[in-house]
Amino acid sequence: MTRSGGAGFDMPRPGTGAASRARADAGGGAAAAAAAQPLAADAVLDVDGIRRDSDVDAVLDRLDTELVGLRPVKTRIREIAALLLVDRMRAKFGLSASRPALHMCFTGSPGTGKTTVALRMAELLHGLGYLRRGHLVSVTRDDLVGQYIGHTAPKTKEVLKRAMGGVLFIDEAYYLYKEDNERDYGAESVEILLQVMENQRDDLVVILAGYHDRMDDFFRSNPGMSSRVAHHIDFPDYDVDELIAIAGLIAAEQEYVLPADTSVVLRDYLERRMRQPRFANARSVRNAIERARLRQANRLVGEPGASVTKQQLQALEPADFLASRVFDEDAADGADAADGAAQP
Amino acid sequence: MRITQGAFSYLPDLTDEEIRAQIQYCIDHEWSVALEFTDDPHPRNVYWEMWGLPMFDIPDAGGVMLEVDACREAYPTHYVRLSAYDAGLGRQTTALSFLVQRPPDEPGFQLERQEGPDRTIRYTVRSYASNSPEGRRYGRGDR
Repeated sequence: MTRSGGAGFDMPRPGTGAASRARADAGGGAAAAAAAQPLAADAVLDVDGIRRDSDVDAVLDRLDTELVGLRPVKTRIREIAALLLVDRMRAKFGLSASRPALHMCFTGSPGTGKTTVALRMAELLHGLGYLRRGHLVSVTRDDLVGQYIGHTAPKTKEVLKRAMGGVLFIDEAYYLYKEDNERDYGAESVEILLQVMENQRDDLVVILAGYHDRMDDFFRSNPGMSSRVAHHIDFPDYDVDELIAIAGLIAAEQEYVLPADTSVVLRDYLERRMRQPRFANARSVRNAIERARLRQANRLVGEPGASVTKQQLQALEPADFLASRVFDEDAADGADAADGAAQP
Repeated sequence: MRITQGAFSYLPDLTDEEIRAQIQYCIDHEWSVALEFTDDPHPRNVYWEMWGLPMFDIPDAGGVMLEVDACREAYPTHYVRLSAYDAGLGRQTTALSFLVQRPPDEPGFQLERQEGPDRTIRYTVRSYASNSPEGRRYGRGDR
């Protein structure tokens, strides 16, 4: 009797067919690729084809279109992407492709796009097959450090477990370690992090973020951390043109329009604002637009017997920005005091 | 005698890679994964000790594997079982359960026959391992 496909139970015998099949399934992509025969020494690989297979280009293009400026950052990310691609091709020839250290440190002023880039980085590494899931777990000191003895280790481990297979993004990482207080539990957290960064390199990429000078202090007091972080990427401040481009993007995202005369006023506004303390780059721009929306709404609703068009509802007029306290030179020092402190 | 309990128990023991793939399957189906351990191998012993809480919010098998390894390290000669609970409406039960560790040496069971009236016989299985007190059953004096 011959067995026809699909009819009846295909009963596997223990230890033979089923086991070997299960083994092959479980191995998944990476193991199967590694097990494959290496290519001949004179084989030629199609770089473009390999690029297409990973969605590197899509992520890099989005990085270019959605993020204004940030030259050095984009260059560095391209380099990392290229290295990962090359490693992948080397693996096909059976050359050793030791997994590169991918832990990173992002330093820069507030509002320079560190979190956004970290998110893109997670997608990129996932696309290149270096992270299994590619999700981003964003934490601060609060999530890692406990309040009493014995609280820190489980808390940190819990976060690490959640971050496995993705990116752990530690914002304001310098708060983890307080030099002046040796009984602070932050040190314990750093220790566990270091251990996992070393042992679980295949499962987890850690990105530390913070302001430049304070991160320097942090690394000085944690030399182990500094040596395990391979990429130190510095995020430069934006100039006025870039900020205006950012304002355009933010407005477009919320379906508002910045007419030409508004852009002129906005430039003036930003130039004044940049000279003031607590300027937070893109975040300040976002806040300025939020306040302009408030004033626009007030203006449209306040006029008695008014009627509005779609265009009026979308346009942010110069007056919406000119009403800002930034233009009031006398009050300049205290202007938008809430702005800098408004961390999300 | 090799205990067969839960899924895959007639297969050779799963490797870590295979366990990881199974865990990922559970996570992808939004089942919460829990670890339990015991050193009482009796088949009717259903309430094993829990290793921590069920893991609800871990998106990747790597995080669960950390706990699996931690449990194995703490109880190197116990049975460790992984169970996945499907909270979906209409199912609400354990969807998958299998052993991820077993003692190196399993002595097996004794079948006891108890004579009753009218030549009836009642049967009982007793694990040889449970002759020793809990925690000292499989060679090593771990916790």
